[in-house]
Amino acid sequence: MAFDQPATVPPDEARELAAEIAHDPTAHDVALIDANVAATFGEYMRAWARRIRAGDSGVLPVIGGLIVIVIIFQVDQSRFLSAGNLTNLLEQAGPFVMLGMAEVFVLLLGEIDLSIGYSGAVGAAVMVILAAPPINLGWGLAVPAGLATTTGIGFVQGQLVTRLRLPSFVVTLAGLLFWEGFLIWVINNQSPNNGGSIRITNTVIVNIVNGTLSPALGWVAMAVCVVIFGVLTVLGDRRRRARGLVAQPPALTAIKVVAMAAAGIVLVAICNTDRGIAGIPLKGVPWVVPIVLAFVVAWSFMLGRTRFGRYIYAIGGNSEAARRAGINVPRIRVLAFTLTGLTAAAGMIIYASRLGSMSSDVDGGQIVLYAVAAAVIGGTSLLGGRGKMVHALLGGLVIATIYNGMGLIGLNADIQYMITALVLLAAVTVDALSRRGATSG
Amino acid sequence: MIDGLVLGQMTPDSTVPSSDSNAQGARSASADRAPAALAADAPSPPGNGPLLALRGVSKHFGPVQALSGVNLEIVPGEVTALAGDNGAGKSVLIKTISGIWQPDGGQIVWDGQTVHIHTPKDAAALGIATVYQDLALCDNLDIVQNVYLGREIAPRGVLDETTMELTAKETLSGLSVTSVRSIRQPVGSLSGGQRQAVAVARAVMFTARLVIMDEPTAALGVAQTAMVLDLIRRLSANGIAVIVVSHNLNDVFAVADRIAILHLGTMVGNGPTSDFDTQRVVELMTTGAYGGASGNGGSSALEN
Repeated sequence: MAFDQPATVPPDEARELAAEIAHDPTAHDVALIDANVAATFGEYMRAWARRIRAGDSGVLPVIGGLIVIVIIFQVDQSRFLSAGNLTNLLEQAGPFVMLGMAEVFVLLLGEIDLSIGYSGAVGAAVMVILAAPPINLGWGLAVPAGLATTTGIGFVQGQLVTRLRLPSFVVTLAGLLFWEGFLIWVINNQSPNNGGSIRITNTVIVNIVNGTLSPALGWVAMAVCVVIFGVLTVLGDRRRRARGLVAQPPALTAIKVVAMAAAGIVLVAICNTDRGIAGIPLKGVPWVVPIVLAFVVAWSFMLGRTRFGRYIYAIGGNSEAARRAGINVPRIRVLAFTLTGLTAAAGMIIYASRLGSMSSDVDGGQIVLYAVAAAVIGGTSLLGGRGKMVHALLGGLVIATIYNGMGLIGLNADIQYMITALVLLAAVTVDALSRRGATSG
Repeated sequence: MIDGLVLGQMTPDSTVPSSDSNAQGARSASADRAPAALAADAPSPPGNGPLLALRGVSKHFGPVQALSGVNLEIVPGEVTALAGDNGAGKSVLIKTISGIWQPDGGQIVWDGQTVHIHTPKDAAALGIATVYQDLALCDNLDIVQNVYLGREIAPRGVLDETTMELTAKETLSGLSVTSVRSIRQPVGSLSGGQRQAVAVARAVMFTARLVIMDEPTAALGVAQTAMVLDLIRRLSANGIAVIVVSHNLNDVFAVADRIAILHLGTMVGNGPTSDFDTQRVVELMTTGAYGGASGNGGSSALEN
């Protein structure tokens, strides 16, 4: 009966099943095939095309949008696609991507964190103060202290949202104001005569963004990453097939690995081109790139392959169902807010490293809106349950590209804000329209 | 004892690969899946005494007496239909058994031992699974993820998707759910009957000693209702006790071995299905009495 099923379907039952499928007209509906498990390449492509037509377009719109934006800027400013500017763009994107990923944790729950611009800045300020004279702590202590500060802030705000059942919008809006005030207070208090700014003297912290891997190390690191990705993908497919499950077609695996290798080669080649000014050579991948990518990989793994990640999606989809399944919902929610804090701290430390200082007039309000925009442009839903870390990566790149390109063209801030707003609106509209197309059939 | 057991069994984020045993257990007979500690303490051969006995269970919400002195015995391998009008206390009763609410008075006896079911987790640890009318599925997760929600197989903290997919597939085909094309499609894209089947698969996969189903056929068409009733028969044929809450008397008579009828929080009728006919059930549901029988007349059936 139901419980003594042998591992494989007996031939009789398989025939029955086939007959039933043959008689059931809806069983031929290819749209039901999950593109992740189609057996052949043709089947995969057909299922993929169906899914796009059905409104599940994945990351295609954002990649397409990114290409369009790049072409527009390149036509206007031939400098845009220069090695120097592209590397600069990657450095600019670092904080947007990190803070976007921070938002993904809470957006998946259907919550939001408006405070991370300033709470992250407070963490970065703590790091800067500890590493600067007169304290002069090493980076090995100052950076963790900065990370811990904002992680703690995230934990406290998460507790307020979860235990007192306050709306996260209001709690973190209060956090936005409070931590802005706290940032001004702590920097003015610590460094009263510097105009509200503390310079970073620790070279390791400065080098998070401004230091580079040697060109050779860049190539080696990229090659190692591609090989590991390829081996893990092939092994995973093989394991599924060995146990009688459908795995993605080999051609697709090959395409994925080749695409990743191509992207890696382009990235390292651009960064390894000499972008020095005035005869001082400067080349190599900035450290911020592997650091951000490591966060993307680690957080994606956490969301996709661990219980914690699964529970975040479950709570975002149906928190009552999650609770009844025995999931400790308050604990997961607090943990999500805590990780938001940790990621935001890392993002603002990168931000401070890029500027070489921490100032009390950081516009944390604008940064957090860019962070939410990055996640949403990438395809993460504001309603919870839908989204990935890679969305923040792509969305952060879009934001940084617009920011960078408009700066290059020489547009004023007024125009920049309005254009950024329109891009965000367009992204959300495309998402909503395609989903409406899906429901209306 | 139950509390200790629960703590050891499944902490959502525990990195201990506790679910390994589940993977094995899901393939074997239902009795093997009972928590080991309980099975050792109180071996109870099938047919020898009730699996679950409620003795004088009461529950009130403020001044409202939702349950008063309810007695009920549930036997392995039998389908018990729980009938009653709206507000009769059916939901309160099953939520009390499922650990969502605590009784204010009376005893819950499981396998001959008095137990206190504080949380749904406690109930799950005992082997009680409840399929609510809203099914409690996450539409954004796929079938495998829903079936395993809260009990993921994760050796060394990493989800073992392959094993979960294989086992979920077996369970679903065992429940004759063949119309689902991909087990990796989001539950939000399934039909009502398929969703019910996923919810039932979720229940029987892990805690197959007592399955409580709240209005399982309320939202279904004729063919899908027949499928779900067949599902219920399969469960009881496997030695699982089933409680079905239903308004639909056709379904009740089609599938139940015993019928228990609540009226305003009191058990007004309780006995083998053969003791009842539609008219008697309707009268008991609506008035709490049948002919000249007193409101407590049903309790005599319990003693049989």
